[in-house]
Amino acid sequence: MNHTVVNLWPLLGVAVIILGFALRAHPVLVVVAACAVTGFAAAMPLDHLLASLGTAFIKTRNLPLILLLPLAAIGLLERYGLKEHAQASIARIKSATTGRLLIVYLAIREISAAFGLTSIGGHPSMVRPLIAPMAEGAAETRYPGLTMELRYRIRAMSAATDNVGLFFGEDVFVAFGAIVLMQTILHGEGIDVDPLHMALWGIPTAITAFIIHAWRLNRLDAHIARAMMDKGAA
Amino acid sequence: MILKLDYFYYVLGAMLLMVAVMALRDRHNPKRYSSALFWALYAVVYLAGEQLPPVAAGVLMVVMALIAGFGGVTLGRYGDRSPEQRRDSAQRLGHKLLIPALLIPITTVIGSTLFKDVQIDGRFLLDPKNATLISLGVGSLFAVATACWLTRSTPLQAMRESRRLVDHLGWAVVLPHMLAVLGLLFTEAGMGKAVAHVVTSYINLDIRLVAVAVFCIGMALFTVIMGNGFAAFPVMAGGVGIPVLVGVYHANPAVMAAIGMFSAYCGTLMTPMAANFNIVPAALLELPDKNAVVKIQIPTALPLLLANIALLYFLMNL
Repeated sequence: MNHTVVNLWPLLGVAVIILGFALRAHPVLVVVAACAVTGFAAAMPLDHLLASLGTAFIKTRNLPLILLLPLAAIGLLERYGLKEHAQASIARIKSATTGRLLIVYLAIREISAAFGLTSIGGHPSMVRPLIAPMAEGAAETRYPGLTMELRYRIRAMSAATDNVGLFFGEDVFVAFGAIVLMQTILHGEGIDVDPLHMALWGIPTAITAFIIHAWRLNRLDAHIARAMMDKGAA
Repeated sequence: MILKLDYFYYVLGAMLLMVAVMALRDRHNPKRYSSALFWALYAVVYLAGEQLPPVAAGVLMVVMALIAGFGGVTLGRYGDRSPEQRRDSAQRLGHKLLIPALLIPITTVIGSTLFKDVQIDGRFLLDPKNATLISLGVGSLFAVATACWLTRSTPLQAMRESRRLVDHLGWAVVLPHMLAVLGLLFTEAGMGKAVAHVVTSYINLDIRLVAVAVFCIGMALFTVIMGNGFAAFPVMAGGVGIPVLVGVYHANPAVMAAIGMFSAYCGTLMTPMAANFNIVPAALLELPDKNAVVKIQIPTALPLLLANIALLYFLMNL
């Protein structure tokens, strides 16, 4: 049997990351330091390391497209009051609360992702211009003079809701990349699995995720009510 | 292919170059030279692309990281309109404002589903490998055009607005990109083998529940470190999932895989390393604490991870 010794030195790169975040160093510097340490720990010469970084940097440049391309349109619409319009619209719906609105968004996001429509939603094109302002507006309508702390909490929860809906919805879709990846890896290990079965066995977790997060969104409403009542009493 | 992803790289490169030029000319930006250099270097990545020699691209990335890391990318002045002006135009334009915003997701969905396989003269309309990204690019261009027409603004004003948003994002724009580079480097350096070795050598996997828990928690932890569930899955499935859960405890591989990947996603919710999902939105929503999204996601992620362990334990032998 061919026993190769496992090189544990690359784990130093992980140590740099943990240390960097613990010391609250600048994230970009932490990443570059981790790159350097990992490269040297794996005994890469400097020019080889730089070439590896460069090749990877060019290869992954498709990643920021999703974030940056919609910005021109979103920025222009914001200049002409898109956020203000979103807030005014939600204020007209009397039964709307932050939690209820976000639960509806969670359901839409998760179900549409489960049918493969992952592009409905997203932080730059939906959360910043529409969802977060509406969630904030719903609270503002009920409690004028909403504190900044609560505003930040509502915004963070809006971003979190988009993530939870996307992550636990998309993996239920048969043709999603993760399912293809799992199938390829299992096939390489000599196990053949029907992608449809993997997608179906994801459903119990997808439902649990919805229940847990929806419960937390419900609690957010209670939290806002309590915080604003305390503020009123003080 | 008629529409290639490369065209959108050039569009983004041109946009970043404009951001650099505007930064250079903005006297209200305290560090306009280093800010402009940062965005100009990033423009080079998109305009030169694969023509850039790998070592040069590597040096470029390190220089960008040093500029950003030492606070060289700062805000300027953007000629914002007052809240009253914005409210007035919101009232005047009403629901029409939503049309360009919704054009982006609608075009992306239609493009990536209906136009994916469309061919003209035997050539694909969209590059099939990148149909979603190209559709998003087309949708963004449609949206800018419609927004300009609706608000009677010029494309130059749209550029100024994208500069305002890009500047507010600052270094958060390049963090996910650089983390992806680190992930590839980790793979190249054999990080997966090292972690799997540590996990399987020091923990007793003879108890079924312990094996299930190690598999799920390992997935989450590894994802916390790498920032990406796709990197964790091959390692933990190869290290614990297949040899122990399937091999020893006869788990259904489909259940092992599905719940394993979802455990990794619980990790994604809890790590600043998944910057795309966790740090970028904090910057986009102008939150003072860049980890606010991670912090608010932990109370969802941890119970869900426990639920995954229970689900896998009870469902894997059904």
